[in-house]
Amino acid sequence: MAGRTLFDKVWDEHVIEDLGDGVQLLHVDRHLLNELSGHRGQLEIAKRGLAMRNPELSIGTLDHVVSTAPGRRGGPAPWADRMIEIFRAESRRAGVAVHDFGDDGQGIVHVIGPELGFTLPGVLLVCGDSHTCTHGALGALAWGIGTSELTHVLATQTLVQQKPRTMRVRFDGAVPRGVGAKDMILALIGKIGTAGGMGYAVEYAGEAIRALDLEGRMTVCNLSIELGAKIGMIAPDAKTFEYAKGRRYAPEGPQWNQALAHWQTLPSDADARFDAEHTLDCATLAPQITWGTSPEDVIGVDAIVPDAKPEALAYMGLAPGRPIAGTKVDRVFIGSCTNARLSDLRAAARIVRGRRVAAHVKAWVVPGSTRVKREAQAEGLDEVFRAAGFEWREPGCSMCVGANGDLVAPLERCVSTSNRNFVGRQGPQARTHLASPASAAAAAIAGEIADVRSF
Amino acid sequence: MEKFTTLTATAAPFPQRNVDTDTIIRIERCTGTPKAELGKYAFEMARYLPGGAENPEFVLNQPRYRGAQILVCGEFFGTGSSREMAVWALAGMGIRCLIAPSFGQIFQGNCFQNGVLPITLPPASVAALMRQASAPGAGSFTVDLERQAVNGDIRFEIGARRKQMLLEGLDEIDLTLALEPKIAAFQDADRTRRPWIYGCTRS
Repeated sequence: MAGRTLFDKVWDEHVIEDLGDGVQLLHVDRHLLNELSGHRGQLEIAKRGLAMRNPELSIGTLDHVVSTAPGRRGGPAPWADRMIEIFRAESRRAGVAVHDFGDDGQGIVHVIGPELGFTLPGVLLVCGDSHTCTHGALGALAWGIGTSELTHVLATQTLVQQKPRTMRVRFDGAVPRGVGAKDMILALIGKIGTAGGMGYAVEYAGEAIRALDLEGRMTVCNLSIELGAKIGMIAPDAKTFEYAKGRRYAPEGPQWNQALAHWQTLPSDADARFDAEHTLDCATLAPQITWGTSPEDVIGVDAIVPDAKPEALAYMGLAPGRPIAGTKVDRVFIGSCTNARLSDLRAAARIVRGRRVAAHVKAWVVPGSTRVKREAQAEGLDEVFRAAGFEWREPGCSMCVGANGDLVAPLERCVSTSNRNFVGRQGPQARTHLASPASAAAAAIAGEIADVRSF
Repeated sequence: MEKFTTLTATAAPFPQRNVDTDTIIRIERCTGTPKAELGKYAFEMARYLPGGAENPEFVLNQPRYRGAQILVCGEFFGTGSSREMAVWALAGMGIRCLIAPSFGQIFQGNCFQNGVLPITLPPASVAALMRQASAPGAGSFTVDLERQAVNGDIRFEIGARRKQMLLEGLDEIDLTLALEPKIAAFQDADRTRRPWIYGCTRS
């Protein structure tokens, strides 16, 4: 028998019933709820007269519509406060633990899941948010769902799914200085396109992936959906187990040993076959930056703007044939489920330390969780950012998606560590350039798109 | 869920690639707008001019495509966010069927949950249908789910379960609730096999 992939092993052990035709009923081990998508599902099951089947397999937090202004106490407006109240009340009624303001576990769902040990290797985890693929960094099988499927999970603790095909992407070589996880995954999206992973569960492998810490792996897996794949995974290894150990919801004692023994069986077998394979050489990679309105519109920061997609160039206010470096920026956003973890803030702070944000740039740091914020402050990173002229804000999704009104103004140009540069994503007519935290910090200091390797 | 059997309706050409769900429905409309009102906000950035008047150049504002219930789409329609409001907004403006070479995967699943049929066809077939929908005096398109055919002779593939659910308007939660004994049996066995999965959030 041919070897099995990590994906196959985790998928197969969650099958409750084969419904025929490649469709299977799967057990959901972990369900992350946020106030925006969560409250709608909660209202929906209440309307149907159903109760949550397994509230103990869910946790909740507040991220999408919360204010991120310093000293915030709720949403930015009454509608948001009402949504938060519904979410709290329904969660309380169902018996779901909510990581609310003042709790270390408040923050972006995809930051707090791993941080709390709620996300573990081999679990099947879902959330009403497309970036749920992030959790695959620990070897979890995780993907984002809409309101109907979310309601299905609340009511049944299961999902009906068609099994996807498998793809492996090998990142070979060691990344050069100034290049990191965000650059690796953006380069892959540029190479195979935003539909390149469509219909696949992707496993990221290779020397450069093994060299990443867990937070870097989360950045890689986070952008799987921008590759067209609902699911991205990385085989758990010693770094993963060390990361998970001792976290709030992680197993302890004999259960830890039992879990560990199981997790060690999960990596793809040496003779496992994938339906598709890609490789990317990391040794020659430059820091990446997007120029258009799709994450696949990406180049090295030392490259020229291509003569392609005229509508995208017009929207972005860029001329083809000119270097992208030197393009003046108005805003810098360091945050989001892609890049708002402690290691991201450290990477940005290394560039910022002892320097000043350009006078015309408004720059924000929005930590991914209350814990990230606390730990960054303990290291004095908040002071580094504030001294340079950054605003140091409260945890939430903020300007990645603007659900709480944190927006880039029309025609303003923003270098952002988030995940989507779609038309209007950060606000109507806003121009978004996706980049790593270090590159975003460099842009804030230079006041223009800049090569972080020269800092 | 509303049934989908056969549909004869105007088809509008929508050739843009990578149409994302942020473009289909803005985030501001996902935070409090009632489901029944989302239709008027579908494609709002392209559909209305600054100031709120209709943009006459937007395809679905053109008299011949008003009331279209079928969209012939470019590659990878519905990429991006999992917001199901994108499907609700399309359905709210009357769209019941999408034809494209490929779809965003979460979006495609959300369509099936709402009685909207996403049909995947080879790029050449979609291009031919796009030309047909754009031609002056183009007639209606007919989509027959039972026979899995567009305009009589263009066959499409669909999973047997999804087909049956659309044809009969079945509700997935009701179907799964009927499998409750199997779910309970799975968890019972799994509690022995993987005890660390259960009860983790109980203090």
